[in-house]
Amino acid sequence: MRVTVPVVHLSEAVAGYGDRPVLHGISLTVVPGEVVAILGDNGSGKSTLVSAALGLIPLRSGRAALFGVPAARFRQRHRIGFVPQRVGAAGGVPATVGEVVAAGRLARRRPFRPARQDDRRAVAAALAAVGLTDRERDPVATLSGGQQQRVLIARALAGEPDLLVLDEPTSGVDAASQAAFATTLRGYVARGGTVVLVAHELGPLEPLVDRAVVLHAGRVRHDGAVPRPVGHHADPGHDHVHPHAPLRAGRLWNGGVQP
Amino acid sequence: MTSPTEVFAYQFMQYALLAALITGVAAPALGTYLVQRRLALIGDGLGHVALTGVGAALLTAGSPVLFAMVAAAAGAVLVELVRQRGRTSGDVALAVMFYGGIAGGVFLTARSPESTTGLTGFLFGSPLTVSAGDLAVMAALGAAVVAVAVGLRPWLFAVGHDEEFARAAGLPVRALNLLTAVATAVTVTVAMRAVGLLLVSALMVVPVATAQLLTRSFRATQHLAMAIGVVAAGTGIWVSGAFDTAPGATIVLLAIAAFAATAVGTAARRRARDRSPGARPVGSPPAAVSR
Repeated sequence: MRVTVPVVHLSEAVAGYGDRPVLHGISLTVVPGEVVAILGDNGSGKSTLVSAALGLIPLRSGRAALFGVPAARFRQRHRIGFVPQRVGAAGGVPATVGEVVAAGRLARRRPFRPARQDDRRAVAAALAAVGLTDRERDPVATLSGGQQQRVLIARALAGEPDLLVLDEPTSGVDAASQAAFATTLRGYVARGGTVVLVAHELGPLEPLVDRAVVLHAGRVRHDGAVPRPVGHHADPGHDHVHPHAPLRAGRLWNGGVQP
Repeated sequence: MTSPTEVFAYQFMQYALLAALITGVAAPALGTYLVQRRLALIGDGLGHVALTGVGAALLTAGSPVLFAMVAAAAGAVLVELVRQRGRTSGDVALAVMFYGGIAGGVFLTARSPESTTGLTGFLFGSPLTVSAGDLAVMAALGAAVVAVAVGLRPWLFAVGHDEEFARAAGLPVRALNLLTAVATAVTVTVAMRAVGLLLVSALMVVPVATAQLLTRSFRATQHLAMAIGVVAAGTGIWVSGAFDTAPGATIVLLAIAAFAATAVGTAARRRARDRSPGARPVGSPPAAVSR
């Protein structure tokens, strides 16, 4: 019998910020090759769960492990490609798409050393994977919101990670970018990658998802098949794209899943 | 008008030129990260804090550069700790520290034999009194700042751009932030002799602001800002020698004039392009996003 080391493992994890606990005992296991969606309304603890699983915030109690190593002590950070929730990819000083994506290679680079052939090749491959090869030399600020989100995904892919963690990657993203994003993810999964995806709504990503974990008030409410949308969300004409409607999304998951 | 050959015939003018050039290249190199992090005024605050170091040096007959550097570095580390805490009262904490720094400097200097006249040179710069020894220290510190700012550009860029990503990628975020803070303090000390503690921040910020009007990449912004800093510093020293103006203020005014001219020029070019039909101007909103 082959024992598979889970890529992500949380058991009875309690975590939060300051005096306010957000996660009240979460257990979750993601095995290699799985595509797991974390769903739930605003404030249900989705982003906190990601931070705890990646070892970015300490646990009050319980355990978090990455590739079998306690998350806080996990050093092979290049194995993780993280796409944080952000409004855009632009900063206070102009930066090109290529410069932002190249930051994804730093987990594999030594300080004060120039980028090597491998680094440049990985950046080019990541840009190709998100369909932005021709924008490499353009300032990030001149791209649309959806394209900027794809830049951040390319940055995560540039490190050639085994695990891709995406926090709300499709919120506020136009339909064309969502479709491009689904294609990117499909390619990554086909090459054996593992994905943890935080979302309000899956939209065109739904066929890719193996399993959905629904959070409610810091607890796991559902862990299994992707819940079937109800109400007008089930309407075939509904396009599942309304980035600024968290409350409606909340009703969807609360209404669609009863434990 | 006095030609550059005449102005720079004197050794003290050559030293002044070198001191200004070192500042001109180092301050914008590091300042690029401060502008990126929207901390453009932090150099000004650290200049205030450095003044306490200068006051202590004048009182104890110590080295102003060394004392100022220690004070500014301590201030920079404190600023970074306040920033990491993300406290809402951080703003007030910084104000207390910065004004405490300037008050401490004036207080200590007034107790020293040199009195407050000695302070003016540090507040507004006195490149004409730079000695060979000063120059050696400035060159070493300036080289260290440039080595960090240029050599670690991808790392410092990544942390300033997206700290959350940098932490997930396992970059030593805290160490890089402290390094930025300490390098800022060192830059303040380097620039102290050339442009003065009250004008330090201008050379860290204005060349970067000018450069980013013209550039598309972070790397090009940093390089162009360093070039602008060098040209403003060199020209400023020559103008101050030829027309007997205050060197620090002349350098800063030249940098600001370059910024104003660039801003007007780029705005005019954009307007001209807007009027020409069919061309999509740079910086205009992207094509409508379908929802």
